[in-house]
Amino acid sequence: MMPTPASTGSDNPPRPRNRLGKYLVRGALIVAIGLVAAVAALVALNLRDESPVDGEDRADPANTALVERGAYLALAGNCAGCHTPVGGPAYAGGVAVKTPFGAVYAPNLTPDLETGLGRWTSGHFWRALHNGRSHDGRLLTPAFPYPNYTRISRDDADAMLAWLRTLPPVREPNRPHALRFPYNTQTALAIWRALYFRPVATPSPAPARIDRPDTASADDLKLRGEYLVNALGHCNACHSNRNLLGAPVDALDLGGGLIPMQNWYAPALTSSAEAGLAHWPVAHIVSLLGTGMAPKATVSGPMADVVFRSTQHLSHGDLTAMATHLKDLPQTIARPAANAGPEGFAAIDTGRKIYRRHCAACHGNDGEGIAGAYPALAGNRSVLLANPANLVRVVLQGGFAPATAGNPRPFGMPPYATELNNAQIAAVLTAIRNSWGNQAPEVTTQEVNRYREGRR
Amino acid sequence: MTCLTHAGRSRLASLLCCAAALAAPLAASSGASAAEPPRPFQDDIAQRMLACTGCHGPEGRAAADGFYPRIAGKPAGYLFNQLVNFRDGRRSYPPMAHLLQHLTDDYLREIAGYFAALSLPWPTLPPQPPSVDDAHGRTLVQHGDPARDIPSCTSCHGERLTGVAPAIPGLLGLPRDYLNAQFGAWRIQQRRARDPDCMAEISHRLQPADVAAITGWLSRQPMPADPTPQATASAPPPLPCGGVTP
Repeated sequence: MMPTPASTGSDNPPRPRNRLGKYLVRGALIVAIGLVAAVAALVALNLRDESPVDGEDRADPANTALVERGAYLALAGNCAGCHTPVGGPAYAGGVAVKTPFGAVYAPNLTPDLETGLGRWTSGHFWRALHNGRSHDGRLLTPAFPYPNYTRISRDDADAMLAWLRTLPPVREPNRPHALRFPYNTQTALAIWRALYFRPVATPSPAPARIDRPDTASADDLKLRGEYLVNALGHCNACHSNRNLLGAPVDALDLGGGLIPMQNWYAPALTSSAEAGLAHWPVAHIVSLLGTGMAPKATVSGPMADVVFRSTQHLSHGDLTAMATHLKDLPQTIARPAANAGPEGFAAIDTGRKIYRRHCAACHGNDGEGIAGAYPALAGNRSVLLANPANLVRVVLQGGFAPATAGNPRPFGMPPYATELNNAQIAAVLTAIRNSWGNQAPEVTTQEVNRYREGRR
Repeated sequence: MTCLTHAGRSRLASLLCCAAALAAPLAASSGASAAEPPRPFQDDIAQRMLACTGCHGPEGRAAADGFYPRIAGKPAGYLFNQLVNFRDGRRSYPPMAHLLQHLTDDYLREIAGYFAALSLPWPTLPPQPPSVDDAHGRTLVQHGDPARDIPSCTSCHGERLTGVAPAIPGLLGLPRDYLNAQFGAWRIQQRRARDPDCMAEISHRLQPADVAAITGWLSRQPMPADPTPQATASAPPPLPCGGVTP
């Protein structure tokens, strides 16, 4: 008897189920192996270049020379910028670093046993800077710029801890970060680090401090400058564009970017149209970093803070070294700004009237400024940046150049936030950007509104 | 005329504004440096302070909008303490904090000294109608309320209420809005001084009606013939004040 198709089917019903079951088991196995491999890879990537915390402590606070060097390095790294609260005790932490993922609170660096670094060995401190890992092994958020600090040498890390140990201990418990899920998890940090963080060792001793530039070789200047810019100075924490996960487009990119949450644009150090320094004399760069003023620029916003707290305290030789490195950065060719032409902007006449009434007394009828006091606006690269964020902020808030040893009594600009409305500010900025040979895109009322509402 | 531009803001503001306009040299600008007569550039402190006088009026003689207070002629120690307090976050006013954040104590001392040394005429306020709580306000200002442990204003701010050198400010010639705002700020800790913060303590002892009476009475008083701060205190302060040492 020939088996009917029906009977054939009824003989073998378990077979497809068996096959399905086998596929499922196999699939699950593959997924499991994949997961284990991914976790293993994640762990391995997070442990790169990490050695056990050694027992020997190398940060002796009684070593005066070491402490002195550490104090200087901490200034070069602007540790106080995040770790010293406004008007509060030095290095006691608590300052909020606002990020697109929530607020990160800088911890207490004083040697308090319970709330500060009192129980940290120099091995722990080195691991935090070099590997981004805390005393208890937790991964640190990259708001602490360890992608830069990883390049600090072990000797320099030890010197900084030795100096921190000489500070008066302050009992100030660390404030937990206010990051949103999933950014507040160790898994998210591990993935971020696997993608964007790679420890990079600078052999000890690192390029040494240079006091007198005339006695240093060109190579020494270049190496020391690179070390200060990329490691301690963490310049690209601001001067780089960041991706959606908050990582700079390249580990050492200095191509400029809007600083997240601050609404200040940190101009490109790699573009002659922005803040590229290839064509600046070294002396001008040294002056800008050392005093806040140079013939063709005055620092403002977050860079005023950097000069005030950090670079003004560096030696002439170290500033020369930074200038040497910054001058050597590869420069992109400036693109001419696409423009409707000054007369194409509806508000230009209104803007020029506002300029004569409010701005010309200091910045000059022809935007020529007054040397040493008020910056020229004609031909000023900061005025011509495609992104007008900084211009809008300066007009709204005014400000003084930072008071430094080289410029102790700075001139200032009054705030116009209550005097001029958004349309008036847009008009005057458009006029300034398109007068006396200047040519740059129009500033719109909407842009002014965005930066006014987004102000800190 | 500045009066027209400000008439809509508030009655008080327009009154002050017109008063300022009547006194010939006081055609003050309200916001940033608007109507300040252009002055040839000089490398001096007055030139540097144009960043301040945009809001506080030419030479710091107060703005016409009835809020930004006069700073000219206030005791130098008081001005210095306030500059430091704004910079270091004890007084919360973001525009001031932004302007001062990168200035040193030395420069702030020079700024305070410059404005303190300016001796400018005061605008003459038109006579104002008495208010129902005038008597209560005057009593609190001149005698306090011992039953509630409230000292008189005069016991610290001087018999003439023009302040005491070097660090206690005068209380006359200030807009009522500004005075009210300070009492509110002390209560919610937006304005603080170094500990012990005596004015914060006193503000908590006062009821809202007391504050209204005090600021109403104070803002209606004419400046005395001698508007300068008293040289020395007549008596020790009734409560400890951390903010009076320059």
